[in-house]
Amino acid sequence: MLSIANILNSFDVWLNKLLNPTLVMLVEMALIAIFAIALFAVLGLVLVYLERKVSALIQIRKGPNRVGPFGIFQTTADTVKLIMKESFMPDSADKFLYKTAPFVVMITAMLLLAPLPFAEGVQIWNINIGVFFITAVSSLSVIGILMAGWASNNKYSLLGAMRSGAQIVSYELSAGMAILSIIVLTGSLNLQEIVLSQKDGWWIFKGHIPAIIAFVIYIIAVTAETNRAPFDLAEAESELTGGFHTEYAGMRFALFFLAEYINIFIVCAIGATLFLGGWMPFHIGNWQAFNHVMDFIPSSIWFFGKTFGLILLIMWFRWTFPRLRIDQLLNLEWKYLLPISMFNLLVMTLIAIKGWHF
Amino acid sequence: MHQEIKTTPSGDMVINVGPQHPSTHGVLHLLITLNGETIVNLDPNIGYIHRSIEKMCESLSYRQFIYTTSRMDYLSSHMNNHACALTVEKGLQIEVPERAEVIRVIISELTRLASHQLWWGSMAMDLGALSPFFYAFREREMITDIMEETCGARLTMNYVVPGGVMMDLHPDFQKKVKAFIVQFKSKIGEYHDLVTGNIIFQNRTKGIGMLSKEDAISYGVTGPAARGSGLSCDIRKLYPYATYQKLQFNEILETAGDSFARYMVRMREMEESVSIIEQLIDNIPEGEFQAKTKAVLKLPKGEFYTRIETARGELGVYLVSEGGTTPYRIKFRSPGFSNLSALNHMIKGHKMGDLVAVMGTLDLVIPDIDR
Amino acid sequence: MSFLSNYIKEVYGAVKSLLTGMKLTGYYFTHPKENITEEYPDNRATLKMADRFRGEVVLMHDEQNEHACTGCSACELACPNGTIKIINKFDITPEGKKKKAIDAFVYHLELCTMCNLCIVACPTDAIKMAQTFEHSVYDRRLLTKQLNKAGSKIREGVE
Repeated sequence: MLSIANILNSFDVWLNKLLNPTLVMLVEMALIAIFAIALFAVLGLVLVYLERKVSALIQIRKGPNRVGPFGIFQTTADTVKLIMKESFMPDSADKFLYKTAPFVVMITAMLLLAPLPFAEGVQIWNINIGVFFITAVSSLSVIGILMAGWASNNKYSLLGAMRSGAQIVSYELSAGMAILSIIVLTGSLNLQEIVLSQKDGWWIFKGHIPAIIAFVIYIIAVTAETNRAPFDLAEAESELTGGFHTEYAGMRFALFFLAEYINIFIVCAIGATLFLGGWMPFHIGNWQAFNHVMDFIPSSIWFFGKTFGLILLIMWFRWTFPRLRIDQLLNLEWKYLLPISMFNLLVMTLIAIKGWHF
Repeated sequence: MHQEIKTTPSGDMVINVGPQHPSTHGVLHLLITLNGETIVNLDPNIGYIHRSIEKMCESLSYRQFIYTTSRMDYLSSHMNNHACALTVEKGLQIEVPERAEVIRVIISELTRLASHQLWWGSMAMDLGALSPFFYAFREREMITDIMEETCGARLTMNYVVPGGVMMDLHPDFQKKVKAFIVQFKSKIGEYHDLVTGNIIFQNRTKGIGMLSKEDAISYGVTGPAARGSGLSCDIRKLYPYATYQKLQFNEILETAGDSFARYMVRMREMEESVSIIEQLIDNIPEGEFQAKTKAVLKLPKGEFYTRIETARGELGVYLVSEGGTTPYRIKFRSPGFSNLSALNHMIKGHKMGDLVAVMGTLDLVIPDIDR
Repeated sequence: MSFLSNYIKEVYGAVKSLLTGMKLTGYYFTHPKENITEEYPDNRATLKMADRFRGEVVLMHDEQNEHACTGCSACELACPNGTIKIINKFDITPEGKKKKAIDAFVYHLELCTMCNLCIVACPTDAIKMAQTFEHSVYDRRLLTKQLNKAGSKIREGVE
């Protein structure tokens, strides 16, 4: 059958016949690296274009519509412009940190691609501690942001970087608690198993009320973690500075910009996997006929559909709400989100022990 | 690139906001002394758009100088023209026909609506919500289309002449204004849904930028900024001009004195303007649209002062005439200048992020301050 | 206990206000026919400006290339910033008298503020405001225009 898993499997078998095992592994690693970079490039283009079109529709105007049919080459044109810009570096900046900061942020985003199941049987690295790996690596992006702020040798960008850092570290707690609520139900950290356990319905439905609360908290927390509006005070144009990426220009700025959009994709993919079933089609309990019909739609389409649905939701937030001030932001986290998510976790544990979920 | 941070003797940092800045609504240079994140002192530096309008008017005749005032507070340009025409008419003792007065009032209220809509859109935009700007402009576009049809211009409509208005109303005027009122009434609920009721917006404006009534009086703050502190200063009620004494409308007062109160004053003023237009639009009296005046206007020797309520506050026109064909001296008491002087008092002790909230509710238009 | 009920009420109120806002923008997102954009350069064929729109001053000529300007300079005197300059010449009428006629009507479009005072001042209704608005040029000298066309003369009977 023409599923992605089968294609990849037959490709692997063909390669093994051709070359010896170590060479096969090296070739496959190189191919995966190329795939990751290509996915990022394409995703960056698509997401930036999507953001502009979504914002235009909400604001009752047309988005990009001149460069190419329906303006689809707009992002390409923007990238070409950014490449042509002079990528100067401030004289008194810390050269090593300044140059490596964008890459740290990109690398953490790429590492997070590894344990994600894109479709049935398609997963780069199936480890038992998938969710743990994800939460640990996503915390590393703070280092890149602080490096950027420090290395710029600019008091304002340091301030912006520290604010961003504080924001990200605080909201990771709530996001972690929300993720934990689902892990309590699944009993396993392995992402493939989590998806398979949603065969008879997605966790957001099976875990009813606590799962829905956990989902809402998760969405709010990841919007804050990726520095998206309404939590984007660190990079707001109408405030003092451009945040930690003030001193970056040209291609380096493009890398930060891209890394932000990739991060959104990654966290939405994780949310889709944990709460909405990943590549699992929409099944309802034991309704065999219905489930069989749903299975006709390929699993990769389910996965990308759900992820893009969540991305649309996060974009919807950006264009509706005003910005929160930094102290209101931290207030929201420590006084509202964290207590509610801790209480929610307690309730969810109770439900899991007693078996009061579907 | 060696960076020098200016510090005061006590170690606070002095930074510049502007003159080129997306949120200062014009070229305004603010020197802010920061202690950490808290604002200790704010020093506005104006004059970047000074065009010596008052001096220019000294060489223009009484018919010609009115067009320069459109460019002062360009969002309430018709009201500026109205004030100048009233001053000249006071000097010449001209009786303006009723039809002209009613037309002037209707277009003044439409201009006030347009100005408040732009204020609402840009205030929401400064605070981070980028969509309300477009919704506000959709309604404002209807008003500017009406202006374009009747007056010929959309922003700086030199429509008022001493003695009346320049041309009669376009035949479609009533129909279009009524269509606009219907649309506006259906959309004002959306404005409240999207911004006013939003918990994030309320948190960012409630309790920010307190201005007590006594401070408003001592700084000379007028307009919606003062009415948000409970000071009753609506010139349309206290010293009525044109046909305002015959109209039924309320003066909107709020007592809280914070940014949210000033915001609510302007939102309710929009509704009051709509009710004023509704009272007048069906009863425009027939008659002349311009009183007969001499070809060359000469004011008698003396001083003449008129005050009106623009969208920003009280505009005063003080005209000194030596009996010639041009004014000897004109001085404009601009509302923005006095409102800006209270900014330092309002913002002390707040954080940098609150600066946009307070400046947004003060509704400053810098060309009005600099003239 | 009242602390808890206040807390819950706060959270509920906040979420409700946020959802109301989202409903509104969601409505506009799903109804693209609310789009009000005028696609400007593409719609020049159907674009119609208001009749009274003040674009630039033009001197009206009829089919016989005649205009109604007597050279009285009322517009030049009314203009606040010296945008109009009337250059007159003296024609010899058939009766042998000298009559003032207009040689060139110089109009500086780069100085004009479109205040309409010249149109109102003209006693013979010779000038009017055109509805053009695309005045951008690459050379500033193109903006100093002479409004009376070559070979045109004043119509009979205008005074």
